[in-house]
Amino acid sequence: MTTAPFVRPEQQQEANHLGIWLFLATEAMMFGALFFALTVVRLRVPEGVRVASGHLDKLLGTVNTGVLLTSSLLVALAVSAARRGRQERTAGLLAGGAGLGVIFLAIKAYEYQKEFSEGLMPGPGFRLHDHPGAELFFNLYYAATGLHAVHLTIGVLLMLGLSARVLGGYLRLPERAESVELPGLYWHTVDIVWVFLYPTLYLVSG
Amino acid sequence: MPRGESATFVLVWAALMALLAATVGVSFLHLGSWNTVLNLGIAVAKTVLIVWFYMHFRRTRPLVRLAGATAPLWLAILFGLALSDYLTR
Repeated sequence: MTTAPFVRPEQQQEANHLGIWLFLATEAMMFGALFFALTVVRLRVPEGVRVASGHLDKLLGTVNTGVLLTSSLLVALAVSAARRGRQERTAGLLAGGAGLGVIFLAIKAYEYQKEFSEGLMPGPGFRLHDHPGAELFFNLYYAATGLHAVHLTIGVLLMLGLSARVLGGYLRLPERAESVELPGLYWHTVDIVWVFLYPTLYLVSG
Repeated sequence: MPRGESATFVLVWAALMALLAATVGVSFLHLGSWNTVLNLGIAVAKTVLIVWFYMHFRRTRPLVRLAGATAPLWLAILFGLALSDYLTR
């Protein structure tokens, strides 16, 4: 491990952490714009948003929240195991986290398919045309959950890649535990985005 | 210490699940705009738990903490400024 432009290894570590946190802050800004759009639509046409949100599957949304929160536990435990130099345990936990990510995506895909067949896709066949704002809500729903799904897919690939590298001995632990920790931070951020998407999209009542 | 850390992570997970149950429970009550307040409050609580424990924010160096804190800070500024327009028209 080279520390090329750095005087001390701790400096490099701090720079690595600074870099990933800045990147995660930009992610928060990007999703923030979508959240603000959802907020404005809800303020402008509360009735349309309430009706549209009522057509989402609250049970599947809740299950998916639980799945993602649990995946975050596995990834956090993987980082812990990586620091202790437990190669196999780390690889297993990372693969487990990725597996829960895949389950989330599968449930989400089923949800999309169900909504499509129920005529909830914005466009000519949209069934809630009588409710102003409902179509706008569904546009934002697909944009926000779609962008989240893209992020989660990248996360799954990252975790699987890490898991394989740890298992194959290409990533030595605990020396390179940081290489597990930093992608882990990304995973948790994607989880946090969903933590806010869930009430904003699924739990609109009054 | 590391063994204790795993136990902490599992406890945090239990707290996250309890918060999820709470938010589902709240959504079945009709509290008007309090529903939104409670649901967002619970989402913030979940985020604090994830950031503080799972993302090791409690052991993060000050400079890095500052970088992380820019996210909620700027979101608050932008939401505040834009909402001050939409809410007062």
